Amino acid sequence: MNTLIPSEYCLGPASQIPIGEGREFLVGETKIAVFRSRNGGVYATQPLCPHRAGPLVDGLMGGNILACPLHAWKFDLSTGQPVLGDCGLTTYPARVTEEGDLWVEMA
Amino acid sequence: MNTKQKLVVIGNGMAGARTVEEILARGGAEQFDIVMFGDEPYGNYNRILLSNVLNGSQDAKEIFLNPLEWYAENNINLHAGVRISAIDRVAKCVIDTNGAVTSYDKLIIATGSRAFVPPVQGLLNEDGTDKHGVYVFRTIDDCHKIAGYATKCARAAVIGGGLLGLEAARGLINYGVEVHVVHLANHLMENQLDAPAGAILRNTMEKMGVHVHLGKSTSAILGDDSVTGLAFKDGEDLACDMVVISAGIRPNSEIGRECGLTVERAIVTDDQMRSIDDPDVFVVGECAQHRGRVYGLVAPLWEQGRVLADVLTGANPKAEYHGSKLATKLKVMGVELASMGVTEPPLPTDEVLHFADPKRGIYKKLIVRDDQLIGAILLGDSSKAAPLMQHFDHGTNLPEDRTSLLFDLGAVPAAASLLEMPDATQICNCNGVSKGQIRKCVEGGKRSLKMVMESTRAGMGCGSCKALVKDVVEWVCDGQIEEDPSVHYYVPGVPLPKPELVAAIKEQNLKSVSAIFAALSDGVEEVGSKMALSSLLSTIWGADYAEERDARFINDRVHANIQKDGTFSVVPQIKGGVTSADQLRKIADAADKYNVPMVKVTGGQRIDLVGVRKEDLPKMWKDLGMPSGHAYGKSFRTVKTCIGTELCRFGVGDSTALGIAIESRFAGIESPGKMKLATAGCPRNCSEAMVKDVGAVAVEGGKWEIYIGGAAGAHVRKGDLLCVCESHEEVLTIIGRFMQYYRENAKWLERTSGFVPRVGLDKIRDVVVNDSEGIAARLDAAMQKSVDDYVDPWLEAEQPVSPNQFVTTLPMVTA
Repeated sequence: MNTLIPSEYCLGPASQIPIGEGREFLVGETKIAVFRSRNGGVYATQPLCPHRAGPLVDGLMGGNILACPLHAWKFDLSTGQPVLGDCGLTTYPARVTEEGDLWVEMA
Repeated sequence: MNTKQKLVVIGNGMAGARTVEEILARGGAEQFDIVMFGDEPYGNYNRILLSNVLNGSQDAKEIFLNPLEWYAENNINLHAGVRISAIDRVAKCVIDTNGAVTSYDKLIIATGSRAFVPPVQGLLNEDGTDKHGVYVFRTIDDCHKIAGYATKCARAAVIGGGLLGLEAARGLINYGVEVHVVHLANHLMENQLDAPAGAILRNTMEKMGVHVHLGKSTSAILGDDSVTGLAFKDGEDLACDMVVISAGIRPNSEIGRECGLTVERAIVTDDQMRSIDDPDVFVVGECAQHRGRVYGLVAPLWEQGRVLADVLTGANPKAEYHGSKLATKLKVMGVELASMGVTEPPLPTDEVLHFADPKRGIYKKLIVRDDQLIGAILLGDSSKAAPLMQHFDHGTNLPEDRTSLLFDLGAVPAAASLLEMPDATQICNCNGVSKGQIRKCVEGGKRSLKMVMESTRAGMGCGSCKALVKDVVEWVCDGQIEEDPSVHYYVPGVPLPKPELVAAIKEQNLKSVSAIFAALSDGVEEVGSKMALSSLLSTIWGADYAEERDARFINDRVHANIQKDGTFSVVPQIKGGVTSADQLRKIADAADKYNVPMVKVTGGQRIDLVGVRKEDLPKMWKDLGMPSGHAYGKSFRTVKTCIGTELCRFGVGDSTALGIAIESRFAGIESPGKMKLATAGCPRNCSEAMVKDVGAVAVEGGKWEIYIGGAAGAHVRKGDLLCVCESHEEVLTIIGRFMQYYRENAKWLERTSGFVPRVGLDKIRDVVVNDSEGIAARLDAAMQKSVDDYVDPWLEAEQPVSPNQFVTTLPMVTA
């Protein structure tokens, strides 16, 4: 995978991720976290919390807000901005096609 | 064209300047051109700290609240050092001593008060000039004059043994003079202290080298041109070469009387701090009389200032001040003192609680009427002042255990008082938050506990410091703490207390977390509420609960406890801590097969396989062939036992059999907080049953004592004896009923150690043991349904409930 050119990758069916939860994916050599919220959103971010490297996909979601499972730092998944904490997340554009496939754009 | 009204404020002290601050905070700069007149040639300073200036511990410039720049920055036209001599209410203007006229649309009188000088002979020289060495103690200039003269003196007398007099005495000691306090009443500080407390304070003061003369009425100040002594009405006299008069204060209300306002003890106002004679004239602070009372403390004048600002700016035209309850916390000559309300019981039926330790200078007294605090004195140790002030201010009912109001028995002693505590002291030991960080946060405008906790993270670890965090916030707010309404909700995202929430869930037949959000919070899903709601639904509906796995914390999604590196810990059920060679072999084999990095014996007498990868969880459960030990959820956890009658030579009850029976029946039952239990075979209590959520201790005669509400974690508390049971069956019934009552009535994450004292042991005993509300059968049936509906979650090893439930990382399907 060429890491310099922005590309969109298909991760397979979105149904791999239960509604309201996240799952971690390996894209080439990069791990990312992908979430599906109950209000229909799809979000992709870095996989680990910037605080103490908690696995974000194991966190709890409320709409587009995610709470890390280790110390409850909170982030807005749509922007990556912290809601409770000092440091934000890297985000990647993500979408689900009409066929139900999950696509993520990564540099 | 300038459409602003002109607001004139007479008085630039703590009341006047604070009121202007409040007006500015409400957008008052848009409405008013503000002109202030101050008698003193300075900005506003904190008069309470003058004693520090006098004793040299603070420099005068450190006590300014509003330096001169503040007035310029806020476009306030301050005339410092200009005294207003008259008000013309017809022409709507004020006239200063130079004859200059300033007109107003609205006027605020905040002239405060001055030192009261009792009528004694010899105050002035015979020719009417000031006698050298006679001072009052009221302003920065007074401080400088007293300090300057004291260095030339050998002996000083202070007339007045109230708070200010003692502070003046404390200041004078630092100048190497011998200090005598002369007081009219028969004990010191009679407004704040009763006679025994006054005696203890006197003793403490004399140890510091201050001489105290009580019941002394001064008749004359002796000396020509300079002070040489005091003469008393009883014929005695006292040689001294300076006198500081600190015999109380008098409101500066003459300016009100002269312009025709009603003046009694001070200028009379209505509940909106308006003079009762003129709608354009407001009065605030020590020169105001409200409902017959004149206040000399800082808290009431801040309350008055807020109301005045609300009314004047229109921010809340209906704002009203209803008077203040007098409570104060201060230091007298370095001695801590808190005083609230009355000092003696007004009615013979009032309860009085007393503690005196004269040698250590400690005195505590509470006066209680109908379970409410109406008066308190804490001298020498004011560590319990904050909770008492809460009870006093809010009129809340006091706890049954009155000793807890006076002492922290069995609890970690509160550190030094908040006043003394250095900023660097760490308050929250989990997240490393200091007193100074909390203080800055509050001063930055976050005035509710919730906002401070979210902003600093203080109190958001184990939670054991939350009460102390609240104390610090209250202290910095000086009583002006704001309460976030969500503290009364069961979860922050649904605006209902628990009973109403449970009723709504049942009435509207809400079976899932998303259904609750849809019905009760406009469809807004709140992340901090989901876990509590799923637990509550499970308690209410049992097997009929429509579980949504995403509403569960990760531990309850994969039935294991997440570790700092994202791996999990696996604790199989070992009932009552009794295992076998066969179980141990299986555990050892699993540890080998999955390369478990640590095998640990837990505090609950089980074995923990720590560091297991998520994908290995279901395989490991199958290999173990043991049920879950629930070492991860807010639920019934475990029963710790001792050997009991099986083999122990002291045992009087079969604690292992009982522990196994309890764990077999209640395994995995969900609850608002975790429940850790223990059984002990004799009162030696080797299994620590008295510090468990529920403990059963065998006593001679085949009986079991049941203890509830114990804790030995972040918080340490000995459990309360609920009752004595005659058999294992009765133990199972009673503790099951108690646990169901706790499940239905506790707040989310409230352990039994908080729940039992909050609800009250007597009440719980009435309901659970005596069935006073007739709900015992219903509680038993509800617990029975939960027991019947329980399914071991590790059976999900055979059939995962959500896609990729146990997968750590998914591969990309196509490149």
